[in-house]
Amino acid sequence: MRTRARWSVVVGWAVLGACWGASAAWAQPAGQENEQGSSQPWTPIPPVTDADRVAAFPDVDVSAVHDTVNYFVLFDQLEWQGDGSTGGMNWDSKGWIGGDRDRLWFRTEGDAESGSLGDAEAHLVYGRAVARWWDVLVGLRQDLRDGPGKSWLALGVQGLAPYWFEVEATVYLGASGRTAARFEAEYELLFTNRLVLQPLVELNLYGKTGAERRVGAGVSAFDIGLRLRYEFRRELAPYIGVTWSNAFGETADFAEAVGETPDSRRLVAGVRLWF
Amino acid sequence: MAAFSIRPRRPGDAGWLAASSQPLEVTRPSRRTFVKGLAMGGAVAGLGLWRPAASAQTDAGQQLVSLTGTEFDLTIGETLMDFTGSPRLAVTVNGSLPAPTLRWKEGDTVTLRVANTLGEGTSIHWHGILLPANMDGVPGLSFNGIPPGETYVYRFTVRQGGTYWYHSHSGFQEQRGLYGALIIEPLEPEPFGYDRDYVVMLSDWTDEDPDRVFAKLKKQAHYYNYNRRTLGDFARDVRERGLGVTLSDRLAWGEMRMTPTDLADVTGTTYTYLMNGHSPAANWTGLFRRGERVRLRFVNGGAASYFDVRIPGLPMTVVAADGQLVHPVTVDEFRIAAGETFDVLVEPSGQEAFTIWAQSMDRTGYARGTLALRDGLSAPVPDLDPVPLLTMADMGHEGMAHQGHGGMMDDATMQTHPESERGNPLVDMQVMSASARLDDPGIGLRTNGRRALTYANLRALFPDPDGREPGRTVELHLTGHMERFVWSFDGVKFSDAEPLRLTYGERLRIVLVNDTMMAHPIHLHGMWSDVEDDAGQFQLRKHVVDMPPGTKRSFRVRADALGRWAFHCHLLYHMAAGMFREVRVDV
Repeated sequence: MRTRARWSVVVGWAVLGACWGASAAWAQPAGQENEQGSSQPWTPIPPVTDADRVAAFPDVDVSAVHDTVNYFVLFDQLEWQGDGSTGGMNWDSKGWIGGDRDRLWFRTEGDAESGSLGDAEAHLVYGRAVARWWDVLVGLRQDLRDGPGKSWLALGVQGLAPYWFEVEATVYLGASGRTAARFEAEYELLFTNRLVLQPLVELNLYGKTGAERRVGAGVSAFDIGLRLRYEFRRELAPYIGVTWSNAFGETADFAEAVGETPDSRRLVAGVRLWF
Repeated sequence: MAAFSIRPRRPGDAGWLAASSQPLEVTRPSRRTFVKGLAMGGAVAGLGLWRPAASAQTDAGQQLVSLTGTEFDLTIGETLMDFTGSPRLAVTVNGSLPAPTLRWKEGDTVTLRVANTLGEGTSIHWHGILLPANMDGVPGLSFNGIPPGETYVYRFTVRQGGTYWYHSHSGFQEQRGLYGALIIEPLEPEPFGYDRDYVVMLSDWTDEDPDRVFAKLKKQAHYYNYNRRTLGDFARDVRERGLGVTLSDRLAWGEMRMTPTDLADVTGTTYTYLMNGHSPAANWTGLFRRGERVRLRFVNGGAASYFDVRIPGLPMTVVAADGQLVHPVTVDEFRIAAGETFDVLVEPSGQEAFTIWAQSMDRTGYARGTLALRDGLSAPVPDLDPVPLLTMADMGHEGMAHQGHGGMMDDATMQTHPESERGNPLVDMQVMSASARLDDPGIGLRTNGRRALTYANLRALFPDPDGREPGRTVELHLTGHMERFVWSFDGVKFSDAEPLRLTYGERLRIVLVNDTMMAHPIHLHGMWSDVEDDAGQFQLRKHVVDMPPGTKRSFRVRADALGRWAFHCHLLYHMAAGMFREVRVDV
C-alpha cells in the first residue's frame, strides 16, 4: 500500500515536471535555438518604456547609509586598595568615540589616599585602525599631580595580540628631552561565562632620572594585578583581587625617601563598569 | 522509510495532482478562521493593547490577521506588546504583530496605502516580489521612505505566486515587529493539495531598543554570547581528547583571535523567539482533523536568527523554497536563514498533538507551537541540542592542515581575494579554500541522526526560465571584523562602496565567497537569484542565498529590472554595519 502510494506520487510529479517543461518550451520564441550559450533568453526581456524609466529612478533625497557614531566608556578598575595599614582609591578608565576606523580615545588612571591625589594622569589621543588587530595612537598625556614636567606627547599602538592578549604600548616625549614608555598587557580567563579572572601587567620605563617626579632612569616600576570579577551584566561586574607593585633602582630610592615602600602588595575590591 | 512516504488523498488517485483541482475547497476553512482573526485583531487594536501571551485565546484568536483582495489599507504604528512580562511598544501594522497576512492573486494589480503614524520615517519592502524599483520600499534607493503622518501608495502588478513576506526597511523597525506574510495564489494551480493552510512566521523579539543592541555589539561584539569556551571546557577537552590536541586547538583559535562559538550575534539572552507572534509559553496552535494534509508556510522573519525547524514525529515534505516550487523532498528538519521561506506539507497522524519546534542555530532558545486536534493540547517539547562548535574546516581553513604535511596546496582550491581586502583593518579573516558545500546540512545538523534539508536537495520544479549562459561573472566576498563589529562586501562598507552596475537585459553570474566565520543570508532585491549546482547549471530559484562560513556559492541574475536595488545580508545588524551594496541596473 505504502509503496504503491509513493509510486503514484512519483508519477504525479513526473507528469507535472513534464508539464512545466512543456510550458517553458512554449514560452520560448518559435523556431529559436536554445542550447546552452544561446544569446536569446527563453523568456524575452521586456522592452523598456518611458514609464519604466520614471519608476526605476525616482528622485531620492535621503541616504540608505546607516553608519553611526559610537562610543564606549570603561571603568576597568574602580576600586579600594589596601595593604592592612593604609588604603585608598584607585581607578583605571578608558573609552572612545567615533566610527569603525577613526576614534578619539581617552585614558585615565590614578590613585587617591585620604582625600589627596596620588599619581594620576589622563590621555587624550586620536586612534586609527591600521591593521587587522591594531590601532595606532597619537595625542597628549597630562599628569595631574603637582610638579613640573606634566605634559607629554604620546605615541602608541594598541590591539589584540595572538591568543587574545590585549596590549598597549606607548612612548612619551616630554619637555627637555624627557622620555618614557609604558607597556600593558591583559588577558581574560573564563572560569565561566560570567566569572572572569583578569591578569594584568604594566611596565614603566623612563629615559632620564627626574628627582622632582621621583623616577629613575630605566625600568622604574611594574604592576601586576589579578582581579576576579563576576559579570552580573556585561556592564556591571564587582571584583576582588590582589596587586603587586615594585619599584626599582632610583625610583625605589625616591619612594623610600618619602616613606613609601617600593614593594607593595595589596588587596583590592571594586567594580568594573562600562557603558 | 514509511515515515517519508506521502499518502495520497484517496487510495488510487494520482497523489497530489488530483488535489489541485479543488483549490477553493482547501483554503476555505482557513479563510473563515482568518476573518474571525481579523475582527478580533481590529477590536483590540482599537484599545491599543493586545497581549498575545494571554492564555484565554481561542484558536481563532491565535490565528494571524489576514487581508485579501487588491486594495489594502495598512497603518504603521506603535502597539503595546508583552512577550516577557515587561510591556513594550512594538512597531505594528494595523495594530498586529506579525503584520496582517496579505493574500494576493498572481496577475492582479494590488494597491497598498501605507500610512505612517510613527514619530519617525518608515517603509515596507515586499520581500522577494518582482516590481518596479519605486515600489520596492528601500529608503534611499527606491524612495524617500514614508515620513511621519504621510501615506505612500504602493501599486504594482503581481507577477508570481507562492509564499513571501514583507517588512520594514527603515532602521531597526523589523526587529521591533514590522513583518508579515504574503501569500500569492498562483495562476497555475499548484501540483499538490492540502486541507489546511497555516503561515508559520518565526521571529526574534527583544525588550531592548534595537539601537541599543547595535550599540552594544559595537562596544563588545560578544555581548550576547554566553557560550564562550571556559576553563572547564578546556579541562574536559584535555580529559577527552588529550592535552596536545586541546592545546593545539586553542592555539589555532587564539592565533586567529576567533571563537568557535560565534554562531549568532544576538542570542536567547535577550531574544524571545516567536512563532506567529506567540512566545513559546503562549504556544501558537494550528488545528487539524484526522487524515488531513496541512500546508505550513514557514517564514524566517527574524532580524538576526537562523532557525532549525522540525516537528518531532512528523516528516515534512518541502514543496517550495522562497515561494518557488521545488521537487518535493521529505526531511525531518530544515535550517531556515533570515529572509527565507519554505512551504512544507505534513500529514499528522498517530498523535493528537505535534510540537512545531524551531531552535535557534546557536541553541540559546526556541520558538515553539503546536499542531493539534483540539485547542489546549500540547506535545512534548524537545531539549535544545548541544551548542555546536565551528571547526577550522567549517571556515575553509582545512587547507592549513594540508600545508602542515609539507605539500603545496592545490591551486584550484586556493582561494584568491580582492585587493581591497589586503591589509584592511576591517577584515579579520580570509577563507583559504572555499567550496559550495550545497550538500552540507550545516553546523549542528550533520550528525544528529535526523534527515536535514540541504540546498542540494532543493531543485526547481521548472527549467531555467532564462536559459542563457551568464555573460560575465562578478565575484564578491563577504567580509567582516568580529571584534569591531563591522561587516562588508570585499572589505568595503556600504558607506564607502560604489554600486554594482548591471546592464539591463544581461545575464550574469554572481559568485559569493564567505571570508567570515559567520553565516550570511544574502538577499538581492528586484531580481531572482538563480542558484547554480556544482556543475554551474541552474538548480534553484531563490531570493535569499544562504552563505555558511567558508562557502563559495554562485547564482545567476537576469537583469530585467531597471533601477536601484538593495543587495545585502539579511541579518539586520550586519546590514546596518555595512554588508550592503546598491545594485544598479541601467539600460
